[in-house]
Amino acid sequence: MEKKYIPLNFLPLGMKGKVKVLTAGGSIRRRLLDLGLVSDTEVEALQKSPSGDPVAYHIRGAVIALRSEEASKIWIEAI
Amino acid sequence: MGLTSQSSGSSVLQSEPKIIHNIPDKKVIALAGNPNVGKSTVFNSLTGLNQHTGNWPGKTVTSAQGQYKHKDRNFTLVDIPGTYSLMANSVEEEVARDFICFGNPDATVIVTDATCMERNLNLVLQTLEITANVVVCVNLLDEAKRKKININLNELSRQLGVPVIGTSARSGEGLNELMDAVHELTSKRKTYSPFRINYTYVIEQAITLVEPSVKELIGNTLNSRWVTLKLLEGDKALLRALHKYLKYDLTEKFTITKKLNEAYNILREANIDNDQFRDTIVSDIVGMAANIFSTTITFENQKYNQLDRKIDSILTSKTFGRPIMIGLLGIVFWLTITGANTPSEIIFNCLFWIEDRLSDFFMWAGTPSWVHGILVMGIYRTLAWVVSVMLPPMAIFFPLFTLLEDSGYLPRIAFNLDNYFKKAYAHGKQALTMCMGFGCNAAGIIGCRIIDSPRERLIATITNNFVPCNGRFPTLIAIITMFFAGIAAGPFQSLLSALLLTGIVILGVVLTLLISKMLSKTILKGLPSSFTLELPPYRKPQIGRVIVRSIFDRTLFVLGRAVLVAAPAGLVIWILANIHLGNLSLLSHTANFLNPFAHLIGLDGHILMAFILGFPANEIVVPIIIMSYMATGNILELDSLDQLRQLLVSHNWTWLTAVCVMLFLLMHWPCGTTCLTIRKETQSWKWTLVSFLLPTITGVVICFVVANTVRLLGFA
Repeated sequence: MEKKYIPLNFLPLGMKGKVKVLTAGGSIRRRLLDLGLVSDTEVEALQKSPSGDPVAYHIRGAVIALRSEEASKIWIEAI
Repeated sequence: MGLTSQSSGSSVLQSEPKIIHNIPDKKVIALAGNPNVGKSTVFNSLTGLNQHTGNWPGKTVTSAQGQYKHKDRNFTLVDIPGTYSLMANSVEEEVARDFICFGNPDATVIVTDATCMERNLNLVLQTLEITANVVVCVNLLDEAKRKKININLNELSRQLGVPVIGTSARSGEGLNELMDAVHELTSKRKTYSPFRINYTYVIEQAITLVEPSVKELIGNTLNSRWVTLKLLEGDKALLRALHKYLKYDLTEKFTITKKLNEAYNILREANIDNDQFRDTIVSDIVGMAANIFSTTITFENQKYNQLDRKIDSILTSKTFGRPIMIGLLGIVFWLTITGANTPSEIIFNCLFWIEDRLSDFFMWAGTPSWVHGILVMGIYRTLAWVVSVMLPPMAIFFPLFTLLEDSGYLPRIAFNLDNYFKKAYAHGKQALTMCMGFGCNAAGIIGCRIIDSPRERLIATITNNFVPCNGRFPTLIAIITMFFAGIAAGPFQSLLSALLLTGIVILGVVLTLLISKMLSKTILKGLPSSFTLELPPYRKPQIGRVIVRSIFDRTLFVLGRAVLVAAPAGLVIWILANIHLGNLSLLSHTANFLNPFAHLIGLDGHILMAFILGFPANEIVVPIIIMSYMATGNILELDSLDQLRQLLVSHNWTWLTAVCVMLFLLMHWPCGTTCLTIRKETQSWKWTLVSFLLPTITGVVICFVVANTVRLLGFA
């Protein structure tokens, strides 16, 4: 069975997904990993800022805002 | 750290604290933790030092240290920067890690947020990798209780293998037990065997291969397993720090390089490259944290943060987010202006009544008139002005601002404004440093350390001066009240003043964005770096404490600084006004000299001179203007803002002069302390000069355009 992954910034508000692949490199990758965004971590899209970007996500018990640039480098599987 | 006597003023210029070890009976304790977990509250409660804590990430911008005594033993507590990780992705993380690792603390207390343990355990595990001398403090238990989160502290302690103490630092609960645990740990009566992270098999193999040779060289000074891990990872910043600490380069030792190469071969065979290595390590740690979390913490209410989400959905919503932000700003200003009016007048009358009595006394004592002139007309009068103009607005503005800060609203401002900053190619956290600038620009500039990218940090540093600090607020308020609020009647007066002040602040923010963009396109070219911002849970601010703290810590301190600067300035003004060269006083000579240029930008020579003399502290600009007018004019008695207005008008002030003074106040060189802070933070006179010139040139240009357009159109 083939599963489709989408970038995190495509996750609709209120929906959850599981982190599958990080395409970011270097320091951004380290930052994202430090936030706990390792494989299979559950992420929920919570709230858009007034201009639509950044978006706040629920990640491992914390609320973290990410710009679309970063979120687009986190590929998830919607659940 | 917010605006305290340690974070603003000259003390920010002192070099990093030196911690003295090896005093028998004195133990050094490092206080670590994620940002925004109440670390500073723990620090304050233990040491009694008034260090301010706010509810937003990255408050501790310089390491503060304080002393406390427990059971006849002395402890030095070092507050290290709050970080999420010790992987050294930023300057702060590097500072934190280096202190835990090379600072040889006798114990490290890790403060964690009970409502967000999974994330916090990451740092706990990373610290346990470096040292076993750890006490975990699970703080904010009261908040956890409110959210119905149960934490099995005993089980957590059993799993981590180190003492775990639950606290609610704000109410002081559990702090005694925390001190007991630290005391016991540093007495070394008990040995602990902390949790060990077991990595993926191949990585363990590599560690086992290299560790013996590392241990042979470094002995027991550092944790050899951890050093080995970092060697394998090739963490350059750490290797540099290690080199400095050991005074030799481990990677140049033959035995080490030989083993490392063997280990790299093993890793390569398993297809683990450098990136993969790091990924695996982090994943393993995060996995362990999740595991410990799930076995020690239970939620009675799965929707424990529902309320926070509801508040967020209003405060950061598309429709209301920005209006609420501006509205709150306006309300804070309105309360400040309305509330400050009467007390200002009372203080004013009191201080000038005292001035008259002082004059009487000098007359009675028969002292020479120049003594009376210097002491009363020079020093005392300037001081009286500074106190009566500044104290009331500050005593209202600071607590209000602190309430917003403590509640957790400021990160939401950064969240709301981020898109603008992104468009200016700057960092969203610049909104936070900007907010800090409202209190004190020097503190705001130190706050810029929360921005990782050097380019964006410089932009935030250079533009910080575009938000008016508390030294400039009262002056703005005074000018607005005198020249503009008069058009409206009754209660609308203060409303109009608040609106105008809000407008000025918004202008400052717009300029910040424009100049940031301009810098990004010219001398600081580059693209926006990565941005991650934590939106911490909202917390109920402790109103009583906030008021007491912000008055004693911020208000009185900032006032004290202003008074210190105002006294000599008053002296200088008096001397300048009373030494004559030819027919004119030195003051008039200087003012006349500055006048042609000052006139071009809508000011006059006296005003410009006041700005120059106000370099040590912006607070004294208006008092100097008054002093220098009084010294040349004929009105000698002033006992209300209205008479002050008359004094200014008699020196040809029009509404245009008032506008230009306010604009120039918003945009001119940073004060002396701020300049020195910029020099210290950027380590460069060049960037200090840029930070000095940029707002000045902007101010001159804008004032020039405004003044001459209005004059050409014949409005003033």
